[in-house]
Amino acid sequence: MKRGLVCAGAALAVGLSGAVEAKTLRWAPQGDAATMDPHSHNAGPTTDLTAQIYEALLQRDPQLKILPQLATEFQSTSPTTWRFKLRPGVKFHNGAAFNADDVVFSVERAMADSSQYKTFTNSVVRAVKIDDLTVDIVTDKPNPLIPAQFTEVRIMDKEWSEANNATKPQNFNAREETFTVRNANGTGPYVLGSRQPDVRTVLTRNADWWGWKDLPRSNVTEVVVTPIANAATRLAALLSGEIDATPNVPVQDVERLRRSQGVKLLQTNEVRVIFLGFDMGRSELLYSDVKGKNPFADLNVRRAVAYAVDVEAIRTRVMRGLSVNTWQMISPGVAQFDASLDAIRPKANIAEAKRYMTAAGYPNGFSVTMDCPNNRYINDEQICQAVVGMLAQIGIRVTLNAMPLATYFPKIGNRDTSFFLLGWGVPTYDAHYSLQLLLQTTDGTANGQWNYTGYSSARFDALVNRMTTELDTRARDAMVKEALQIAQNDLPYIPLHHQVLVWGLRQPVDMPITPNNQPRFQWATVR
Amino acid sequence: MTAPAAPGSPPGLLRRIFDSDLWYSFTRSWITMGSGICVLLLVVGALGAPVLAPHDTFDPATLKLMDAFTPPVWVEGGNPTYLIGTDNQGRDMLSTIMFGMRISLLVGFAAVLFSLVLGVGLGLVAGYLGGTIDALIMRVADIKLAFPAILIALLVDGVSRAALPRDMHDQLALYVVVFAIGVSNWVSYARTVRGTVMVERGKDYVQAARVIGIHPAVIMVRHVLPNVMGPVLVIATLGLALAILTEATLSFLGVGVPPTQPSLGTLIRNGNDYLFSGEWWIAIFPGLTLVVLALSVNLLGDWLRDALNPKLR
Repeated sequence: MKRGLVCAGAALAVGLSGAVEAKTLRWAPQGDAATMDPHSHNAGPTTDLTAQIYEALLQRDPQLKILPQLATEFQSTSPTTWRFKLRPGVKFHNGAAFNADDVVFSVERAMADSSQYKTFTNSVVRAVKIDDLTVDIVTDKPNPLIPAQFTEVRIMDKEWSEANNATKPQNFNAREETFTVRNANGTGPYVLGSRQPDVRTVLTRNADWWGWKDLPRSNVTEVVVTPIANAATRLAALLSGEIDATPNVPVQDVERLRRSQGVKLLQTNEVRVIFLGFDMGRSELLYSDVKGKNPFADLNVRRAVAYAVDVEAIRTRVMRGLSVNTWQMISPGVAQFDASLDAIRPKANIAEAKRYMTAAGYPNGFSVTMDCPNNRYINDEQICQAVVGMLAQIGIRVTLNAMPLATYFPKIGNRDTSFFLLGWGVPTYDAHYSLQLLLQTTDGTANGQWNYTGYSSARFDALVNRMTTELDTRARDAMVKEALQIAQNDLPYIPLHHQVLVWGLRQPVDMPITPNNQPRFQWATVR
Repeated sequence: MTAPAAPGSPPGLLRRIFDSDLWYSFTRSWITMGSGICVLLLVVGALGAPVLAPHDTFDPATLKLMDAFTPPVWVEGGNPTYLIGTDNQGRDMLSTIMFGMRISLLVGFAAVLFSLVLGVGLGLVAGYLGGTIDALIMRVADIKLAFPAILIALLVDGVSRAALPRDMHDQLALYVVVFAIGVSNWVSYARTVRGTVMVERGKDYVQAARVIGIHPAVIMVRHVLPNVMGPVLVIATLGLALAILTEATLSFLGVGVPPTQPSLGTLIRNGNDYLFSGEWWIAIFPGLTLVVLALSVNLLGDWLRDALNPKLR
């Protein structure tokens, strides 16, 4: 009898722990992921979704500390070798076992020409399988950033990719369509249930995920992602309970939401800088009335734009105080961030700007088309509209071409632009990522892969290249500062501000906000 | 009866207007007078916007972002420079409404004209010729009636967006909207005209014209058309309000006129983002203007319908 009771009690306990009460989390970002391929499009909205399905060897916690994920331990075994011990017993969503072959395959896939993730493998020579659960990453020179970079190299199943003819990443800028664009098979806590791009994506809980045992409170069994581009619609949906959470609370509504019942706000400084970029490399702009020469190639014109754009007005009016003015290409949170480089930002001065326009030979200005996303960054289109008004005061007549990110990124990715707005987060939290991708000369490698300005400076390139082998932190920080100062002098970009994130959650939902703006649904609980 | 004619006007014209039945019935109702004055004020404000508007909102160089979200002058924080406040880019609301109304009225009038010409033409042909052609035109009209107007307008706009290159589409957007609204509203004209024409066709003056060998086209235009214009005028007035509202709906949905030529609908769409945050004036004032405009035009249409209906006299 007593034994029977114990058995019944044990069965009850097993029943309780085994069956998670089904809870749905309805998540409404501003824009949708552009693809499900984990190595194709290196941008926030895409990674936010793929990171739920695919895992990397390492991960970051909400405080951005590096933790094990698919690797259980890692160490540097020689100056150019990092050894990763893989987590045993992990299965992909299709049931295939995870092993070292998958890691080698995925690292090579991330290094492919069509990959936008090769910046994270830029020093990797090869990945070597030691045994089924051990992989060595061999680099061309000592690279202390490998752990940080390998939080972003997501692991796919080798056999699945080969069976579906997807051993190379989708070429995103060519709008290539591969199997991996609409299908996913990772090891992560959530499985891609159904997907209608820009409308609705359903993620279902992967009951076999290795990590659930460490997260007893997490109970989200289904995540319904419905992108809502319109700010008022998104807010109304949050207030009415149609959605449970949004990572994009419209800045104009933050004050009102703070006072309202039923919704709580989470706020943090995002590691992201918003800036304007010029096409300064072409001999003639694609979209301008100036023919035979490129006005943006003239430093005076770029300086004039810098003086004409009043970031303080953008901060107080467009961003409602929820941004931090900046004059450099990296944000707080990046290891080498130095606030003194922001402090020297010149004040807006129309007379000075006009003087530079005259010096450049454009006293009456010129016309140019500006490309701008309208569902990517906080108030992105409004920032662009404000810039249009400010530049009109110095005679630059800007035609605004605002579009959703699904159209915007391929367009500027093909350098089909003359003047654009972009935001830049740093997943490695090291300035090299920004300097290499945004400012180095474009050469087909990760160098200058996002440099759509045509900016090319031999001195800058050499400096950033030297950075990768410099092991002395202080010397390296000095090199970063020098590189940032070169960019401030040459002005291929006009830095505007660092973004401040505000997430809105309805009361029953609890999840941590992360400075990289990436939701982690496995850490969420719904009461 | 030797009234002194106003200098420069045809002698007796004013007198003829003031003596007419229409004017009499107009002055009989204060509602009609009120809406007439409203329409007059709004049209003058819209047409005279380049001269009358306090700010030129189309010149981005005059915008001051620091003045964005200024409330109306009677609210705390208001600024007398901006009587009813500014929008999110620091544009004067009063001026944007005046300029926006120009676009709304332009699209409204053009769309009504388009559907009027199309509808009256098809109605005349159907009613006068009868037979197979009549059946064909009326069946097309029936099919058209099975679709909501807004759906057709959205369809036309969507197809043109897909078919035309982006730059060209922006230039042609205004015409596309006019076409879209015009095409979705022609049926009421065609049906009314067809009915009236079928009655008129059997009358002696038409038979007489036919006997002496006048071309059917001339008979239709010169003899039948003037006799069916009364009801058409009424439909056109009511249709104007409908066209303005349809345009506002399309622009609110973001598929109407390009953002560089904001109409009232575009302004409401813009203000919609700030309704929750307390900047109500950005959406409310263009919305109010739209309501007053559509309501006044509708009331005038009602008055015209009653005034031209001999049975109600």
